Amino acid sequence: MDWQTLATQLFRGGHTIDERDNFLSGSAQVGDQPVDVIGTTGHVPIGIEIALAQAQAILKTVQDHPGRPILILVDTQGQRLRHRDEMLGINSYMAHLGKCVDLARRRGHTVIGLVYDQALSGGFITSGLIASACFALPQATIRVMGLPAMARITKVPEERLTELAKDNPVFAPGPENYLRMGGLHGIWQDDLAGQLVRALNACGTEDGRMALGRERGGRMLAQPVAEAVRTGSHVRPA
Amino acid sequence: MSSYLELTARQRIPAIFDEGSFEEFLPPSARVASPHLSQLDAPVSFDDGVVVGRGLLGGQVVFGAAQEGGFMGGAVGEVHGAKLVGMLRRAIDEGAHAVLLLLESGGVRLHEANAGLIAVSEVMRAMLDARAAGIPVVAVIGGSTGGVGGWGSGARGPNRVIWWDAGRGAWPGPEVIETANGVEEFDSRDRALVWRTTGGKHRYLLGDCQVLVPDDTAAFRTAALAAIADIRAGHAHLTLEDLLREQDMLARRMQQAEGLVEPMDIWKGLGIPDPASLPMLDTEAFLQLAAQHRVTDRASTRTGDK
Repeated sequence: MDWQTLATQLFRGGHTIDERDNFLSGSAQVGDQPVDVIGTTGHVPIGIEIALAQAQAILKTVQDHPGRPILILVDTQGQRLRHRDEMLGINSYMAHLGKCVDLARRRGHTVIGLVYDQALSGGFITSGLIASACFALPQATIRVMGLPAMARITKVPEERLTELAKDNPVFAPGPENYLRMGGLHGIWQDDLAGQLVRALNACGTEDGRMALGRERGGRMLAQPVAEAVRTGSHVRPA
Repeated sequence: MSSYLELTARQRIPAIFDEGSFEEFLPPSARVASPHLSQLDAPVSFDDGVVVGRGLLGGQVVFGAAQEGGFMGGAVGEVHGAKLVGMLRRAIDEGAHAVLLLLESGGVRLHEANAGLIAVSEVMRAMLDARAAGIPVVAVIGGSTGGVGGWGSGARGPNRVIWWDAGRGAWPGPEVIETANGVEEFDSRDRALVWRTTGGKHRYLLGDCQVLVPDDTAAFRTAALAAIADIRAGHAHLTLEDLLREQDMLARRMQQAEGLVEPMDIWKGLGIPDPASLPMLDTEAFLQLAAQHRVTDRASTRTGDK
């Protein structure tokens, strides 16, 4: 779905979102509640400029509109894979974005991530995955890395990975796998405007994704292991 | 000097923490291993590549972790990540003096792809939870793997990062860039270029690492103690002012590097008189030189950590 169509469906009260070099920013009306929006489009790779632009927009909201909810619209093929980005420390730009999201959340801004097209590790891990809650549209894809690079690093043959990516919950890119593992809070099938209102009202401040993953049967060990370490007990089999 | 680099995770813990003080949580005898590796016929480890627990550092209760680079490159999978998260939450519950993370990781464990990706973000949030609770979080990067992949970003979650001067930090790392965009973009076998681009001296000059030490366990320990004391004298949590300063540093870096493609040109831009000689300098000589030139996001000083 293109971002204009998405914005029209999400914001019946209108919006002022503007696109510049695949970076989205602006405001929108959700009921009588103003919401600030940032994001990316065109599957753009996240380089240092666009990571910084998102972080700047978040701190601007924190300064100018304390408590105003922030919606992050995610569509990226991942971080930009260039020598220059690495040289200038893209990890720091990404981490900075994540820290800005974290600060906003702690200062009372509900931050919602929405994967409306593609998400891939680098562009996602310190934006949507650091938000108060993250959602996806049914046709979205979420990946960790392209399979050729993954094959090179893991030494697992690319054919085997391709096979696994078809339906193995740990490798397949469909949002339903992330939902089961607790990485997504929900998948928005229809009535996007209503879904957004409900999400804004329902967001907690704790990171409850491990518990979600266990409840939904997609990530059975994370929660009991974290709990066993925290309480000094043993891991109880599910 | 005794090398930190050559130690395993399990050797690093007693080398850094007060002797005999460290208690491991969920030790290998509990036999909790990754549930995902068998489908790829990959071996498991009963600690899933990370030691977590609580010990004393300079007599204070400090929670800690050490990642084992020798197991799947220290990469973060479901169990590995959950152990770190559980330890960080317990540090908050028990009001720890600090958390010390001996990091060595290639990032998301690709063998557990989706589960690893979520886990890395959970660890990042848990680190920031600990900081928000007023607990200093200090990271040490001194292994040959360094902090790479998603962990390159995870390594920027703590208050301070202490680096070995020949360590490296990158995300995604030269191999991934070369696979995606060709050897002309980044030759991952050009070790000198890889080091100039991702090495500790470069990161220190740019302001992405705050403390640089030689490969010596005593130096790491001393630096960790100093960093914890320094953070406790100020504050551990993220503030708007801190982030605005970091944002300013990152924006200026981008502007000043406009058109530059070679790390040595960036060093030259910072005023380093003979950039080509920099890789050969020992830590002490380098730190002396860097003191006048390096960038920091600290409020009051350009001379670095006391």
